[in-house]
Amino acid sequence: MSLLWQLARKELRDGLRNRWIAAAIVVLGALALALSLLGSAPTGSVRVSALDITVISLASLSVYLIPLIALMLSFDALVGEFERGTMMLLLTYPVKRWQVIIGKFLGHVIILFIAILVGYGGAILVMMLFTGVGSEGWQAYVVMMASSLLLGAVFVALGYLVSVLVRERATAAGAAIGLWLIFVVLYDLVLFGALLLDEGQLIGQQLFAALMLVSPTDTYRIFNLSMFEGVSQAAGIAGVASEANMNGVLLLGVMLLWLIVPLIATLMVFQRREL
Amino acid sequence: MYQMDELNTASNNVISCQAVCKRYGSETVVSDVDFNVQAGECVVLVGHNGAGKTTLMKLMLGLTRPSSGTVEVLGGNPARSTAVAQHKTLGYLPESVAFYEAMTGREVLTFYGRLKGVSDHDCDRLLQLVELGDAAKRRVGTYSKGMRQRLGLAQAMLGKPQLLFLDEPTTGLDPSLRHHFYELIDSMHKEGATSVISSHALNEVEARADRFVIMKSGIVVASGTLDELYQQAALPVRIRISVTAGEAIHVAERLGSEVNIGVVNNQSLSVSCFNGEKMPLIRRITDLGEVVQDMQIMPPRLDEVYSHFMKRDTPI
Repeated sequence: MSLLWQLARKELRDGLRNRWIAAAIVVLGALALALSLLGSAPTGSVRVSALDITVISLASLSVYLIPLIALMLSFDALVGEFERGTMMLLLTYPVKRWQVIIGKFLGHVIILFIAILVGYGGAILVMMLFTGVGSEGWQAYVVMMASSLLLGAVFVALGYLVSVLVRERATAAGAAIGLWLIFVVLYDLVLFGALLLDEGQLIGQQLFAALMLVSPTDTYRIFNLSMFEGVSQAAGIAGVASEANMNGVLLLGVMLLWLIVPLIATLMVFQRREL
Repeated sequence: MYQMDELNTASNNVISCQAVCKRYGSETVVSDVDFNVQAGECVVLVGHNGAGKTTLMKLMLGLTRPSSGTVEVLGGNPARSTAVAQHKTLGYLPESVAFYEAMTGREVLTFYGRLKGVSDHDCDRLLQLVELGDAAKRRVGTYSKGMRQRLGLAQAMLGKPQLLFLDEPTTGLDPSLRHHFYELIDSMHKEGATSVISSHALNEVEARADRFVIMKSGIVVASGTLDELYQQAALPVRIRISVTAGEAIHVAERLGSEVNIGVVNNQSLSVSCFNGEKMPLIRRITDLGEVVQDMQIMPPRLDEVYSHFMKRDTPI
């Protein structure tokens, strides 16, 4: 355990030193602040609180931002050390290869944790203290922060897989951008395009829901928009998730799968890797 | 292929490589190498760049796996994950060592130290030992080549390793540090450490090594102690004879045509012979009498031995 902590601490220190954590906090905090300011205005309905509105808009933007931040943290993690030669030296120490991966993973997840906690959490505290935003619906906000961390962890794992598979850092950077495009933009685009062309003939609601489940970003979105009544009513998707029999456990399970499978794949490739 | 020390028994070997080959695609980097190192030995791998020294070290460190043959270090396969536990007793200085540039020298050393269970205090002492105490709080990114090399040496010495792998350890070190470096290695040997050092500067390691292994294009072309290498190379011994002025030509005539005579000057001439013929030749020279004033016997230099093995196309 202490070994893992030493490895994680190194990543954490790097994150602090190159202002990575600071930059992520500023970006996430500013976003949350701006969206909650906007969200605090149009709350006509009794059932919907300002926080609910903020959760909807933040979750929709986190889908873009969190994977980007996570991939930027992770794409270089392995290939960078191969290229510079520091991995070679590290592996002559009493450290197993899986410990290197898990140690780095812990470090990067802690970085994301700090960024999300301070950025998102700080922004909402500021809103509560200085504007009249009430704490009603705070549970949805906390769950949104936690699931954002999980989404980040998924993309850290995906970034590692890219990082262990390629030979050069530049390739890893390109592949990471490609990964982001696919999961955040292209997959949904193709899915909705197919739905429009199909006009409900082949793709029924069940199949559509199943196809949504395939993507970790869609799962994250559905999870946050459907878990709490206030949020789902405001978002207007209350029916979708319940009719497709999606519950929170299933959605989290899919995301966990997206975390564990790439991480195990990374470990297996790294285990075979010769330096 | 050259058979090394046949008396080497498996029990005493810290390292034992048998018929090791390493291929990358169609390129063979290490070819059919037998290599044994006994406890407490200091073995030097000599060869040009690309001779396979670094690859052989990586094989022994378990960083790569052999294409064929077996590698055993400290009684086990170094590429297996269980071998990681033995890394506590192992030190490695890679060729042109790379560090995490954003960390300070002290942070780098304590990071590695903690992985090995070495206290921060001991890390500080090591930094003093390699004369990096003053630069300890500076980022490694600002270090010179020599400072990096010293930091590399310090990390290789963490936790008093029993087995040291040093790949071109003295590149970038100035002469006084070089001397200091070998003193450190010597002191570790006195405590029973075993080491494998790769170098292309033979004369530098001459006095330190118990045994040399000369590699060329992935093949071991020669190996043994210094004396054994001299014998294997069978290079001629040169004898420089000083004679009374103007007598050199006559002396050459008197020695006869069967003696291999080199440069002849007014007062001196040089002759050469192989090791076995040396004493008879010396007797003939002394028999010449008063005309011979002085005689210098010059054994082949180490770099001549080295270039002899490097020039040869095929191994023994």
